[in-house]
Amino acid sequence: MAHAAQQACIVGVGETQYTKWGRMGDRGEWSLACEAVIKAAHDAGVDSNAIDGLASFSNDSSMPWLMQHALGLPDLKFTSMVWGGGGSGACGALAHAASAVESGHAQYVAVFRSLCQGPGHRYGQAGGYNELPHLNFAAPFGMFSPPIMIAPLIQRYIHEYGAKPEHFAEVSLVCRDNAQRNPRAVMHGRPLTLEDYLNARIIASPLRLFDCCQENDGACALIVTTLERARALNKKPVRILAASQGGNPGWYDGALGSHNMPIDEYGAGNGKTLARDLFGRAGITPQDVDVLQIYDHFTGLVLMTLENFGFCGRGEAGPFAAVGNLRWPHGRFPLNTSGGHLSEAYIHGLNLAVEGVRQLRGESTSQVKDAEVCLVTAGLSGSPLSAALLGV
Amino acid sequence: MSYFPAEVSGPQPTDVDRTFWDHCRRRELRFQRCAACHRFRHPPGPMCSACHSFEHEWLLAPDTGIVFSFTIVHHPVHPGVASLTPYNVVIVDFPEFDHVRLVSNIIDATPEEIHVGMTVTLVWEESSTGIPLPRFKSAR
Repeated sequence: MAHAAQQACIVGVGETQYTKWGRMGDRGEWSLACEAVIKAAHDAGVDSNAIDGLASFSNDSSMPWLMQHALGLPDLKFTSMVWGGGGSGACGALAHAASAVESGHAQYVAVFRSLCQGPGHRYGQAGGYNELPHLNFAAPFGMFSPPIMIAPLIQRYIHEYGAKPEHFAEVSLVCRDNAQRNPRAVMHGRPLTLEDYLNARIIASPLRLFDCCQENDGACALIVTTLERARALNKKPVRILAASQGGNPGWYDGALGSHNMPIDEYGAGNGKTLARDLFGRAGITPQDVDVLQIYDHFTGLVLMTLENFGFCGRGEAGPFAAVGNLRWPHGRFPLNTSGGHLSEAYIHGLNLAVEGVRQLRGESTSQVKDAEVCLVTAGLSGSPLSAALLGV
Repeated sequence: MSYFPAEVSGPQPTDVDRTFWDHCRRRELRFQRCAACHRFRHPPGPMCSACHSFEHEWLLAPDTGIVFSFTIVHHPVHPGVASLTPYNVVIVDFPEFDHVRLVSNIIDATPEEIHVGMTVTLVWEESSTGIPLPRFKSAR
């Protein structure tokens, strides 16, 4: 554990516009990444030339040599790409950045993710997952894309716990409702009712259209430094209380492969081990958390995440959601307050971390009163996943 | 005859899974079992995660499995399946083999007939890469 003044903090956040996938093809990922990092530095009140570390995940295309050059960084001494886990690495990148500044390896690390999915680059399409292991055991059988890969997990969850469509819908409706207050959200101005949710087309049973996250173009970035440096800057520092990678053992290639994870966890998620580590390292419990940014690739995986991270018991997240626990402003644990992946944008978890920072600064468009602790999760069903606890 | 047309590519064996597909060429569904501690594992791997032995055998699977979960796909992501939706993808469990599972398809069941716990029997179908694929029929 770092000396208090060395503790990693997030001091700046930056975002480009978010659009439906393909709409910013003229910009490209490198351009969007630069914009996000410059905006984050500006938000922090830090000269971007002071950035001496870069961290990303999921084989982001904006390589360090591109970013160092375009940003004109005089001194790059730390670069990190989270190894494995695909989009589950957002908080892993935060963890690496935190390690770098707490150990003195770097002073200001920019964590970023940039997506621009023009023709031929659509991330979730058949063939877009070429780097995943064991596609031989899935693709020839029609398991081509994330919804088809995740659907059987949710089907099993329903079989084991009796979850109802209204339970999954609640996650979707909460995110969409929050997006109505967030002008940056792609689904801003497009409210969704339960009837809309239930009437929407089925993608792969039991997943309906609004159970599945969006596909977007856009980039976001965060600047990480130590508390000591943060105190000299403009805004309230948001401390990284803990940031971890991990996942339950035995998940192997998981849902994005051959589906041979431990059979008693197939419909339960793989986040319990990570959650125990994360809360343990921060020295707090789920009851200390004020606001949630849960990786919402699919509504059912949000329910599993709530269970894995101890907000309710196994199989109970549906009713837990249905009584309004996730709703802003009066829910006990408001969820994805800028709209999440389902309704803000899907920047592979990093925009959830940005919203976490905003909540703890008091800058959110759906502000949770007196929010002091935020949980951010990244991924579920692949391995390793990651998560972070942010605090003020 | 095949559940999917040739546009849906068959397996392209890698160094790690080549032997599994070689057995499929002979229409044998075989799974790896650790020679030391007898734990089954799938997909194939070099070492037993329980006892770290590098020695393994390939055991012939039973002819039947149990549907552990499934999905009915309505939205055609791949152009080759656009005319085939809705189609099923099932997770077939082999309980006697330490619950190793196959992602596959039931070739003769309607969406309404597919349910968790149903028994299915193994059949072989051709694929576009010349490797027969293990698929299933409803056990009636």
